[in-house]
Amino acid sequence: MKVSSPQFKAKVVTALADPHLRDALGQSRKGFVNGRGALVADLPEFEQLRDQARDVKNHVLANLDHYLERFEAKVTAAGGQVHWAADAEDARQIILGICRRVGAKTITKGKSMVSEEVGLNEALEAEGYQVIETDLGEYIIQLADEPPSHIIAPAIHKTRAQVAELFEAAHGGPRKTTVGELVTEARLVLRDKYFRADVGITGGNYLVAETGSSVIVTNEGNGDLTQTLARVHIVTSGIERIVPSLEDVSLFQRLLARSGTGQETETYTTFSTGPRRPGDPDGPEEYHVVLVDNGRSKMLGGKFQDMLRCIRCGACMNHCPVYGAVGGHAYGWVYPGPMGSVLTPLFVGLDSTYDLPNACTLNGRCQTVCPVRIPLPELLRELRHAQRQAGLRPAAETRALKAWRFVAERPRLYRAANRLAARALKALDSGSGRLTSLPFGQAWSGLRDLPAPEGRTFLELWQARKRP
Amino acid sequence: MPPRVGLFATCLMNLFRPNVGFAAVKLLETAGCTVEVPLDQTCCGQPAYNSGDFEATRALAKQLIEAFEGFDYVVGPSGSCMATIRKDYPRLFADDPAWRARAEALAAKSFELISFLTDVRGVSSVDASYAGTVSYLDSCSGLRELGIKAQPRLLLGSVDGLALAEMADTEVCCGFGGSFCVKYPEISGRLADDKLARLTETGAGTLLGGDLGCLLHLAGRMKRCGSPVKVFHTAEVLAGLAEGSGIGGAVEGGGQ
Repeated sequence: MKVSSPQFKAKVVTALADPHLRDALGQSRKGFVNGRGALVADLPEFEQLRDQARDVKNHVLANLDHYLERFEAKVTAAGGQVHWAADAEDARQIILGICRRVGAKTITKGKSMVSEEVGLNEALEAEGYQVIETDLGEYIIQLADEPPSHIIAPAIHKTRAQVAELFEAAHGGPRKTTVGELVTEARLVLRDKYFRADVGITGGNYLVAETGSSVIVTNEGNGDLTQTLARVHIVTSGIERIVPSLEDVSLFQRLLARSGTGQETETYTTFSTGPRRPGDPDGPEEYHVVLVDNGRSKMLGGKFQDMLRCIRCGACMNHCPVYGAVGGHAYGWVYPGPMGSVLTPLFVGLDSTYDLPNACTLNGRCQTVCPVRIPLPELLRELRHAQRQAGLRPAAETRALKAWRFVAERPRLYRAANRLAARALKALDSGSGRLTSLPFGQAWSGLRDLPAPEGRTFLELWQARKRP
Repeated sequence: MPPRVGLFATCLMNLFRPNVGFAAVKLLETAGCTVEVPLDQTCCGQPAYNSGDFEATRALAKQLIEAFEGFDYVVGPSGSCMATIRKDYPRLFADDPAWRARAEALAAKSFELISFLTDVRGVSSVDASYAGTVSYLDSCSGLRELGIKAQPRLLLGSVDGLALAEMADTEVCCGFGGSFCVKYPEISGRLADDKLARLTETGAGTLLGGDLGCLLHLAGRMKRCGSPVKVFHTAEVLAGLAEGSGIGGAVEGGGQ
């Protein structure tokens, strides 16, 4: 997928001026945040579960090679096949290769952020395959020809009226008005596609090393139909999504839905282990797991390894004030919000993603809701440091910091500079106690007055008081 | 012997609101402390830290550690500056055992003013009065890094004549975020307006908070929009020094 993160600031201005976006985001996010809050309050051991989940993930990351090999052995033993994709191009070629070999025409897809990450739909469509997204949100944005704006609610930026309009154009009228009618319409349209699909592609919420199973968690059951009814099932997943055992799945399951959608559990949790066995009533003839690295292994052992604990629940963006104001598209790639602001620079490069780690107030709410305790603000600050090391910070900021540091390292000079600033700013004040325009501070004074200093600094007054 | 407290005069307090410093001194002295203000202090380094300049932050951290390590406690009227000292300093010296030990020792005795009064000095009430309904702004660093939530509310509850009206979404950022507020003014302004809408819903005539950054940002936005709400640092009210028209108001009161 094309990276449009360099246009962050322009997209922010557009997003802030969009009343539909404000409505759409406000409604859904409130539901997620309140839902999570109520459920967490009801589960006394929630904080302890977060600790355990962090520890399990850290253990897996420290022994990733072991668990990946174990997983591959189990998948193979169950009659499936594991494919290793070093990067996005590898992943696309592996999947295109499977689709060609089996003579596929129609491909259904469950929601998979990794498939967005590797640009799978564009590659499949370029070779003439009919690709149908079956997750309702993904289906909506496929019709709108837009990327997802949220990792678990891809069409969160759309209002009901906008969806109704899209459906009317795609399915033919009459236009529906209620959510129930819209869902029914999508269900009827999609139902037939599942049966005609040659290949079904899903993501994987967990890969279980103990059993070689892939696990998907959905609210619509679309993933189950995608992976059960197609002739060939392909799972796309990042290499870090592995868990050691089924016990661990139950630990993460207690955290995932509570954190993300604010539900005790999602409606469907489905385990796939290999293709259909003799005597099985249904299931695919072939079962493939494409394990995607695409920058992840480079994060191992470094300052950003903690980010690999992410279970893609969406809690960080649900609670992020910046995401809440500008929505997911402003971030310009697949992963938005706090987790995306860490991942995107690491996956696509620091130079095209300057704004992402900076457009954050470091308020830290994301970290307090992260089910695997990723220190997101710290990682964003580390990325700012990395930008600095790479010479990517703006020259004006670097110069200003250098001058400020020179003064701040000299207490006597610093006190003098502050006395001077207090007097200079006071002199600009005509008696109202505030400055309405600042010669070099339009970024402040464009939307706020500046409370004026009183003319003397605290340290100055303190010294004067001590020597009466 | 009364504990010796070194007052950390935060940059914004020193420049914009000296009254908060005097309020802090008064509160600390009333709580039985001896207060000194070392002159060889400057900034905690947070602006550099949040811009990714860890090198400059370490230089300023060392300067601050040297200036304050002789005190029993370091206390400052800001959640975010004190969180930098308490939480970030030890991390900054992860690879430098000698300085890490000094940073940890300083972190352990560094406190934000209001939580120091309640949690360390056991203060549960103040002798002050303030007529009116106020709302309290939870600043994110203090709230999440230092766990400051109940302490200011406890002490404000003891102020004569003061009624506290809580805002909705009290855990949501006001959009200040240090240099964020000038790097992304459009987003910052939206978050300020959202916060001020919650404030308006309470009907409070005064906004209080523990971090001057957030307060200057919100007071400045309110003045621009013509709001009559007064803004004070919590310490000013608790010390009985909240006079005049508050932060960003006309000059006759509020100063020392």
